[in-house]
Amino acid sequence: MKPVVNDPQGLVVKGALHSLGYPEVVKTRVGKYLVLELDAEDEDVAGRRVEEMCRQLLCNGVIEDFSFTLAPGTS
Amino acid sequence: MRFGIAVFPGTWSDRDCAHAVALAGGEPAYLWHQDSDLRGSDCVILPGGFAHGDYLRAGAIARFAPLMEAVLDFARDGGPVLGICNGFQILCEAGLLPGALLRNDSLQFRCQPTKLLVEGASTPFLAGAVPGSTLAIPISHGEGRYYADEETLRELNSSNRVAFRYCSSSGEVGPSHNPNGSLDDIAGIVNEAGNVLGMMPHPERACEPLLGSSDGLALFTALVKGAAGLPT
Repeated sequence: MKPVVNDPQGLVVKGALHSLGYPEVVKTRVGKYLVLELDAEDEDVAGRRVEEMCRQLLCNGVIEDFSFTLAPGTS
Repeated sequence: MRFGIAVFPGTWSDRDCAHAVALAGGEPAYLWHQDSDLRGSDCVILPGGFAHGDYLRAGAIARFAPLMEAVLDFARDGGPVLGICNGFQILCEAGLLPGALLRNDSLQFRCQPTKLLVEGASTPFLAGAVPGSTLAIPISHGEGRYYADEETLRELNSSNRVAFRYCSSSGEVGPSHNPNGSLDDIAGIVNEAGNVLGMMPHPERACEPLLGSSDGLALFTALVKGAAGLPT
């Protein structure tokens, strides 16, 4: 969620953390975490494709920002 | 006049919309999401529900349905399109309307009667409506908090593109009458040309006195009368 968008879920989670004895939490934002497995030629190609996927479908640019990391797969 | 009613997997307001259309004197026709044929529709309705389970984001998957390509062309040619609830979310995801619908600020699903203040938006769906009047039309959603950036909000307000705002029974607007935390109490907006209307409340659920209100019927009859050249 973009910083300017109000996040009521984040506020509730922050309140719960405070009541559990974590007063040092000053901000909580709730987002989405997706795991994709790709069969791609190399990291550059994979990065370009994932960026495209984020812009087209995975992220709504009106309300959300995105970032991603790439790591070699196991298979 | 034929109203095409889109049906996605998870749509549940399609039959209520067909009932409302018939009450208004129109002819309902269901449009399956995988078809790209609007079956000669003169108006397209994207009804409420949870298309594709609202997975990822409400409307995010539905907007890529083959039917939506035809709806986009239809809308760009000036055809009237009404998005109700999930339909409004799909229109925003598809870029036909600006902004987005976020989770209600209460974090609760809200199913309740609401009052809507009719603003001065120019759209065939509100041809007979008097600006400043109120309509009793219920809401039923978990993600109806309208959001747009400041510039878009300014543009919507200054160009009379806000169709409805949530209000009190006497037409006052304010936080205590806003059921979901929508910015500027926005309940519905239109596109620049006015032929596309998106709204979170359900007019098809307010079409008979037995349901507590028949205020919603006016949106459907306005189109039927407009097509027949009758005064609204």
